[in-house]
Amino acid sequence: MHPRRQLLALGGPGLIWLALFVTVGLYALVSIAAGGLDPILLTPVPAWSPLHWNFTVLGQVTSSFNPFGGGDWHLFLRTCIYIAISLTACILIGYPVAYFTAVRARRTKGPLLVLLVIPLLVSYMLRMLAWVGLLSPGGWVNSVLLHLGIISSQVNWLNGMSVTVVLGLIYGWIPYFILPLYASLARFDTRYLEAAADLGASGTATFVRVTLPLSAQGILAGSVIVALPMFGDYFTNGLLSGTSSTSMVGTLINSYAQSESGQATSAAQALLLIGFLTLLLLPYLRSSARANGVVVR
Amino acid sequence: MSRLRGRSLGSLMLGAVVVAYIAWSLLPVGVAFLFSFNRGYSRSIWQGFSLQWWIGPHSVFRNSTYAGAITHSLLLAGLAVLITVPLGVSLAVLLSRWRGRGTRGLSLLATVPLVVPELVLSLAMFFLVTRLLTFVSLGTPAQVVGQVTFILPLVVVITRGRLTSIPIGFEEAATDLGASSLGAIRLVLLPLLQPAILASAIVTFAVSIDDFVITQYMSSTSATQSVPMVIYNATRGGATPVLNAMAVVMAVTTILIAGLSFLGYRFLVQREQFGALETEPELTAPPITTVPATNEGGW
Repeated sequence: MHPRRQLLALGGPGLIWLALFVTVGLYALVSIAAGGLDPILLTPVPAWSPLHWNFTVLGQVTSSFNPFGGGDWHLFLRTCIYIAISLTACILIGYPVAYFTAVRARRTKGPLLVLLVIPLLVSYMLRMLAWVGLLSPGGWVNSVLLHLGIISSQVNWLNGMSVTVVLGLIYGWIPYFILPLYASLARFDTRYLEAAADLGASGTATFVRVTLPLSAQGILAGSVIVALPMFGDYFTNGLLSGTSSTSMVGTLINSYAQSESGQATSAAQALLLIGFLTLLLLPYLRSSARANGVVVR
Repeated sequence: MSRLRGRSLGSLMLGAVVVAYIAWSLLPVGVAFLFSFNRGYSRSIWQGFSLQWWIGPHSVFRNSTYAGAITHSLLLAGLAVLITVPLGVSLAVLLSRWRGRGTRGLSLLATVPLVVPELVLSLAMFFLVTRLLTFVSLGTPAQVVGQVTFILPLVVVITRGRLTSIPIGFEEAATDLGASSLGAIRLVLLPLLQPAILASAIVTFAVSIDDFVITQYMSSTSATQSVPMVIYNATRGGATPVLNAMAVVMAVTTILIAGLSFLGYRFLVQREQFGALETEPELTAPPITTVPATNEGGW
């Protein structure tokens, strides 16, 4: 056992760093959201003392997300739909890939892993840049689709098309889904499959009743890892659409944050987003706590 | 594993999905690379082969904005590794060896940046740095601070994963033999943590190079533009294929550095496995051959 004083001396700088920049940072976010406006410059002034907090902006932002007549409700709904579709695609495409690499691949496992990691080393922006080139008017996607007769004239894919944004989200985030799922499936004990086969289960039954339940935790973890950043993603939209018809929550927060007069609003939106994501995460946190409990026992 | 159902239709389809995915994930990047050799100014219409964006007066290396962005990205990544890895590894030792009250609260603090979207964290840190901690000026200092804050929890996760497989008995043996507590950590724990430290450095480097949101929010002038920022700002405009060349230079540099470090990581792990065979089985740690699964989740 190490004396606490020495452990604190060792880990203290990291603790102070996180406390200062994360905890105080989030407090600054609240202070700006609940702060006031400079009467002359119209810039937001943080209210550091809770006694001076003013919840006007927070109230306005909350009512803008009201399902009945709130101005940003449709944008919020669109964000959720985009993310739901992207996440479903990540699972449908990513699961077979992770499963094959972790459970079935033998000699090809190493090279496969390298190929799965490369997209993470090639930056997100380069991968988006690649699609902008392919989808541009006169680009290769249009050429191929015209040649095949699927479209009859050039399509401007980069001008506010939901399909492009959703495909961009899938393409951009799926590598971050596959690797944690792979890590979880790599611990998969294939003797369970043999046991199921020995007991007479068909391939489908084995998959539904053995494989899938054992992968649930990994799928859930991967989903959380990609869904959370998607709620703050404004760059995929910015590169692949650039119009407000496909705006997501991240786009909204980022655009308010760009102007000084909108900063308080962006802070309030960010706080609401944290609240919403916490609610969304509660079942996951509970289930992962349960899973960990099983491991410990 | 026995072949359960032989090479059935299912396995073939599974293999096809994997091949299709790999092609889909990498071919567009290959096309972007190809267009850096375009003779014309287009990044989407092929006009013949040329090396003008790679060699000569129009090349990426002569373009002060683009070459500057590469240098700046590498500078940020280097500083991020130098600060994040020591801070994160020592914090992980504290969190995994701490007993008693406060463990959950401390762990929670180290988890928050992982579950808060990066945009929210960036906004919070932007307000903090511009309104309260004004001595951290926007530009390189704030960018480094932002990246370190963002990546620190990943290093903690990676290192803690490794620490759980190192029995505390090793350190206790060292203190019984007369080492101080910090001495035991330095002499016993630190060598065993080498693979985790290297893995942390690779992840920190890769995430820093890739990072866009916090780096943009913490930037000041165009001199503090990183590669992802330049790509974001130029892609929708009329940038020439030199943009592709810059992105490729950065990607290849990242892959090379990460690849070489990974070879070093493999060397450390293999040496350890080899060494483990020569000692008494009872005295060796439970298999610590690989960084536990949480590592890959942390990218």
